[in-house]
Amino acid sequence: MALRTESFVLNIGPQHPSTHGVFRMRATLDGEVIVDLEPVFGYLHRGIEKLAEERTYTGVIPLTDRLDYLASMSNNLAYVLAVEKLAGIKVPERAEYLRVIMAELQRIASHLIAVGAFLNDCGAFMTPILYMIREREKILDLFDMVSGQRLTYNYMRVGGVSQDVPDEFLPALDKFVKEMPGWIDEYDQLLAENEILLARSKGVGILSKELAINVSASGPVLRASGVKWDIRKADPYSIYGRFEFEIPTGMVGDCYDRYWVRVQEMRQSLRIIKQAMGQIPSGAVRSEVPHIIRPPVGEAYSHIEAPKGELGFYLVSDNSIAPYRCHIRAPSLLNLTALRDMIIGWKVADAIIIFGSIDICMGEIDR
Amino acid sequence: MILNFSRSSMQYLQTLPPDWPGGFWWHWLVFTVIIIIFLLALVMGFIWFERRALGRMQARLGPNRVGPLGLLQPVADALKVLIKEDIVPAKADKLVHWLAPVVAFVPVLMIFAVIPFQDGALLADLNIGILYVVAISSVATVGIFMAGWGSSNKYSLLGAMREVASVVSYEIPLVITIAGVVLIAGTLSLNQIVLAQDVPFILLQPLGFLLFFIGACAEINRSPFDLLEADSELTAGFHTEYSGMKFAMFYLVEYAEALAMSAIITTLFLGGWRGPLLPPWLWFLIKVVVVFFVMVWTRTTLPRVRIDQLMALAWKFLLPLALINLLITAIEVLTWPVALPWVMILVNIAIMAVLVVLWSKLFKLGWGRVEI
Amino acid sequence: MKFERYGIGIAKGLMVTIKHLLRRPVTVQYPEQRLNVSRRIRGNELVWDRIKCTGCATCSKTCPQGVIQIITSVNLVENKYEVEKFEVDTGYCIFCGLCVEACPYDALYLGYAYERAKYRRGELVQANEMLLESADRRRSGYFHPEVAAELPRQTLLLERITEEE
Repeated sequence: MALRTESFVLNIGPQHPSTHGVFRMRATLDGEVIVDLEPVFGYLHRGIEKLAEERTYTGVIPLTDRLDYLASMSNNLAYVLAVEKLAGIKVPERAEYLRVIMAELQRIASHLIAVGAFLNDCGAFMTPILYMIREREKILDLFDMVSGQRLTYNYMRVGGVSQDVPDEFLPALDKFVKEMPGWIDEYDQLLAENEILLARSKGVGILSKELAINVSASGPVLRASGVKWDIRKADPYSIYGRFEFEIPTGMVGDCYDRYWVRVQEMRQSLRIIKQAMGQIPSGAVRSEVPHIIRPPVGEAYSHIEAPKGELGFYLVSDNSIAPYRCHIRAPSLLNLTALRDMIIGWKVADAIIIFGSIDICMGEIDR
Repeated sequence: MILNFSRSSMQYLQTLPPDWPGGFWWHWLVFTVIIIIFLLALVMGFIWFERRALGRMQARLGPNRVGPLGLLQPVADALKVLIKEDIVPAKADKLVHWLAPVVAFVPVLMIFAVIPFQDGALLADLNIGILYVVAISSVATVGIFMAGWGSSNKYSLLGAMREVASVVSYEIPLVITIAGVVLIAGTLSLNQIVLAQDVPFILLQPLGFLLFFIGACAEINRSPFDLLEADSELTAGFHTEYSGMKFAMFYLVEYAEALAMSAIITTLFLGGWRGPLLPPWLWFLIKVVVVFFVMVWTRTTLPRVRIDQLMALAWKFLLPLALINLLITAIEVLTWPVALPWVMILVNIAIMAVLVVLWSKLFKLGWGRVEI
Repeated sequence: MKFERYGIGIAKGLMVTIKHLLRRPVTVQYPEQRLNVSRRIRGNELVWDRIKCTGCATCSKTCPQGVIQIITSVNLVENKYEVEKFEVDTGYCIFCGLCVEACPYDALYLGYAYERAKYRRGELVQANEMLLESADRRRSGYFHPEVAAELPRQTLLLERITEEE
């Protein structure tokens, strides 16, 4: 006599016990195994693209801070590059170097949270995430010194950066760059070879190369699946062509690979910062640009390698003081396209881990 | 001192005239009450200790606002929980729902009737000591299952069934490991086991200690096996529908079981109250705190395992190793001359190392693991 | 990457955690101990210099949120603009600092303090005299290095924590 089973729908609800913001997954479960998944988002929609049409070009910069709130500098940079492309504005050398240093520091900070939250989801009771937050505090202190805020920096401007760094910034940055590899090694020792972590994340949630390319995944998710694609090397923006660094690539595309790729990227970012610190010239940090800009009629798209993937801004201008249309290509949203294929077949506990390993930020997805 | 007092008072009481009203049953009552109060205080102390140790290992302080060094924090927690409203689901089975915390808590307290705090200072010197402990600790599982069933919530029921499955699976390697200790000591009585430990059994049975520790952590649902009370597990566990004092009972059960397992490990493997210089009950407390600290340490560091990995660990890793341990212990007890304990220690440690390495090579987890 | 599966990974992790017992905690007991904030902190208030302000309203035009309201009138006797009302709705302000950068006369600064919660929403709208600088309302050095030079140095976590005890 066959057992009659029925599947039931479980709401992995908007309020998560772990991090990652307000995201809802309607999972159809058969026993413990997930057979279908439907992501529902939009709980954090604030209408940023519409608000951008009502603010001047410089006034949109504080708005872009709040997109991916864990990586503000990168958002600022992407937007400012788009406006400079649109209006044909040149940026002084020192400003370029400062931008690169800030973007790479921001990458380290964002990856620290990503790795910490992933390990927290695996169940390591807050210990790894607290250690990562301690390191991130050091970076946030540096950002605080430069821009006055710890989360929404509003630092980049059209034509450079907002202000020059104070005198104590470079020595403090030097100290940080010397200490940080030791800390990353310590975190590797803590968890990289832990058998329980390996058992829970190796082979779990595999994203194959073909699927990753088909769904336009980008960033560490794409690189962990074996595709060696990094915008800093493939289509260099700003002055990334002058630095040498490697692109870590995973082999299989499971959760462990995504974690490993992020840790290696942190090391490469430290390398870039060291080179930039050695080469930074003195001079102006901002070219002469009015507060209210009127670019000529046209459109521009600029993309950067944000910590979560390829962040792109598409701006259309009609010669007025505000953008006519501003569209944001959010990496987290496109990385989520593959979520259903990655999760089906695994258990509920794995669903949390797989979702955590993609590393999304709801501010970007919902805008 | 309380225990010396108890012994001397017992001797005094035996000199009373035999027609003393009611016989001598009431002194058992007094000392039972004393031990229960002592245990509850110790459980609260353990809650404080865990939170402080967890905090220090995470580069922060633990609770430090309530009372000096945060010592009154468990008291504050208890007060908070006492004034909460006691909500019972409408469709729940009232009697089962009400009885479940009691059935889960009382057996854990009963374990302490046979743990020796000092030579001869037990509440009841049973000569089947460790068998009694094993039997009683299984009753607590019934309480948890009653909690899951009486809550009329399908997720609680799922959580409770998982819990029962895991506890039952881990009982077996645990009991077989205990059998190894009993073979060497030659007796089931806990007092005699401690007296037989001129060399602590952790050295004579290193593999047994390792297996017992892992099994004990799994029995009491502590990290890394705490998937039933975890935050990121969605089926929120058997105690979802409990609030107020009943929830506090479940919370206390978790720490009381940790205390009980630490006490059993100390008695069986570390030599109970034996030690030079300090009074024996102080040695016992120190050893219990050290074992508990190791449990807190593993909780801080290790991530959680999944439910199928939990079962695989019990059946494919712990059980065969426990059986092999029993076999080797039996061979050694029969054939090894008693006068050479130190060589036996080295041999045992070597065997443990070889077995762990060998077994990990053979050990493949369940579906979904990619071999590199 | 070599994977050891003999429990060594777990043992290494345990070593790291136990080392932390010997390190000083990085937390600070907040109301009793406070850290020095950045010299350029964009604090939760605006400080206005009435004498330097000319009522040009550049700050108001630059503000993305539109929180600054300026009403001026013409003073024919002294031949200048008089600022009758300079009102900032700090409840709606996002403290981005664009107004401070825009002011051509250095008349607007961001505050240094960050504990500016009020009990009523109406008290968040501040005008004229409430915005002046005083001992309680200091200016922060955001975009003004000469003010930053006089403020105390920021405490950095890098310098509070030395490597080993």
